[in-house]
Amino acid sequence: MADPTPPPPPGPTRNTTTRRRGAVLLLLLAVLGFVAGCGSDSDSSTGSTSPATTEAAANVTGTITVFAAASLTAAFQEAAEAFQEANPDAEVTLNFAASSALAQQIDEGAPADVFASADEANMTKVVDAGNLAGEPEIFATNSLEIIVEPGNPKGITGVAGLAGSGVIYVTTAPEVPIGKYAALVLEKANVTVTPASLEADVKAVVTKVTSGEADAGIVYATDVTAAGDKADGVTIPADINVIAKYPVGVTKEAANPQAAQAWLEFITGSEGQAILAKYGFGAA
Amino acid sequence: MTQGGRSIRSRSARRSTGTDRPPWPFVVLAALAVAFFALPFLGLLWRLPWGDLWGLLTEESSLQALRLSLVCSLAATAISIVLGVPLAWILARVGFPGRGLVRALCILSMVLPPVVGGVALFAAFGRRGLVGGPLYDWFGIRMTFTTLGVVMAETFVSMPFLVLSVEAGLRGLDRRPEDAARTLGASRWYTFRRVTLPAVRPALIAGAVLAWARALGEFGATITFAGNLPGRTQTMPLAVYLALESDTGQALVLSFVLIVVSFVVLLALRDRWLGGGPTTVG
Repeated sequence: MADPTPPPPPGPTRNTTTRRRGAVLLLLLAVLGFVAGCGSDSDSSTGSTSPATTEAAANVTGTITVFAAASLTAAFQEAAEAFQEANPDAEVTLNFAASSALAQQIDEGAPADVFASADEANMTKVVDAGNLAGEPEIFATNSLEIIVEPGNPKGITGVAGLAGSGVIYVTTAPEVPIGKYAALVLEKANVTVTPASLEADVKAVVTKVTSGEADAGIVYATDVTAAGDKADGVTIPADINVIAKYPVGVTKEAANPQAAQAWLEFITGSEGQAILAKYGFGAA
Repeated sequence: MTQGGRSIRSRSARRSTGTDRPPWPFVVLAALAVAFFALPFLGLLWRLPWGDLWGLLTEESSLQALRLSLVCSLAATAISIVLGVPLAWILARVGFPGRGLVRALCILSMVLPPVVGGVALFAAFGRRGLVGGPLYDWFGIRMTFTTLGVVMAETFVSMPFLVLSVEAGLRGLDRRPEDAARTLGASRWYTFRRVTLPAVRPALIAGAVLAWARALGEFGATITFAGNLPGRTQTMPLAVYLALESDTGQALVLSFVLIVVSFVVLLALRDRWLGGGPTTVG
């Protein structure tokens, strides 16, 4: 029956009890709201490192924070390892996201030393905002491919196949480089496709296809290679394909400009270029 | 009836409300806390493009996101009530082995990072998921990239708020009126409807409002599970996140709307609990 609590002494009025309960509830809400906020933010969180200030000498020391396009993920991870091997006092922190997201973060003052974009438009945004030291340099190129599930169960043979009924096609928002490139390809092929979703970046498009939620997407050729046996690629003919140019530059607010410059030289140099080529990137 | 149930919980004769003279470190620290909460909103107001406010707000993309957010969050709240009230009742009233486990499971999504919730939803209800797979293969029902997916994601993260609130309300209730009703021949269902439900109404309203607010702000599980397409799955928080990259002004305006709505809800909730007081059953 009722709680086995001792009978209450003459308590306060009901109104005041309610008052306290309301306060507790509000407090609970505040705490939970905070937790929830943290959660949703975590997808966009930057790989944050305290900007390491070093008395940079000729040798490369300290942390280099590299903001790089999502499509560079695998290649840059390997490049960073090779770079750290060559420069044991240096540490490369990588932050991968859509180039548009990175450009926006840099313009908001995110602690990046290097920005590597998958298109020139987002690099131009950073340059125009006065946040790049010097001129950007093209260091890699990439072409586009249609990514489909292993074995191509929907039998997609070309861009026109994306418009087929029952084909779930995903892309990104037009601000994200791959979304813009994909739209260009569709336009060149004169095909109209209604996407099922506009994902945050190219890796999310790849994931939607490799996880089986979507049937196809237009991604970089390097992404199809990186997906291995979890996806197949359908070639897009050269006349309607788009060659993506990847510019890179050291930011104006770089905490570690010398080391950042060393990283830049590494990826434009022979060793870095060899790693990029291994992942399917074309030479600049 | 309210007398009994409430007075049990209000034994402490001296409450901590009213006017006390605070120790000065408290004043400093509390002021710091208030500033910490207030400054982000002030910053947002400061950055807000006041001139274009109306134009950006009435842009088709803003209205679309706003509409979708309202529809989905209200649907999620309705589902939370329909499923959550019985769940809360059972958790509060029925002793069964593993009750603690069930409760923990049902409120887990509240403390989980929403993205993790989205991934889990994927695994269960995606096109290749545990349940979603057969549903798609046999009936062609797909939940990912659909408005239904948004409602599911929002329900997943918001129902625990309702369950916790209603369960607490039920536990704090004086059982005697219910017993009396039963003694007088009322059925279980009638007793629940006419005695229990009115008595827990404040908790139910508070829980529903909290659940609704949480659903309205849902981001991580939605973008992971339902994707992001304007008009179909792009709710306000998603629109804010994506507009940040293209149109900061619009992102700020949408954020402002979300903040105003949430703030008004909180104020209303406070009034509900402080001003009007709970609905008493005569």
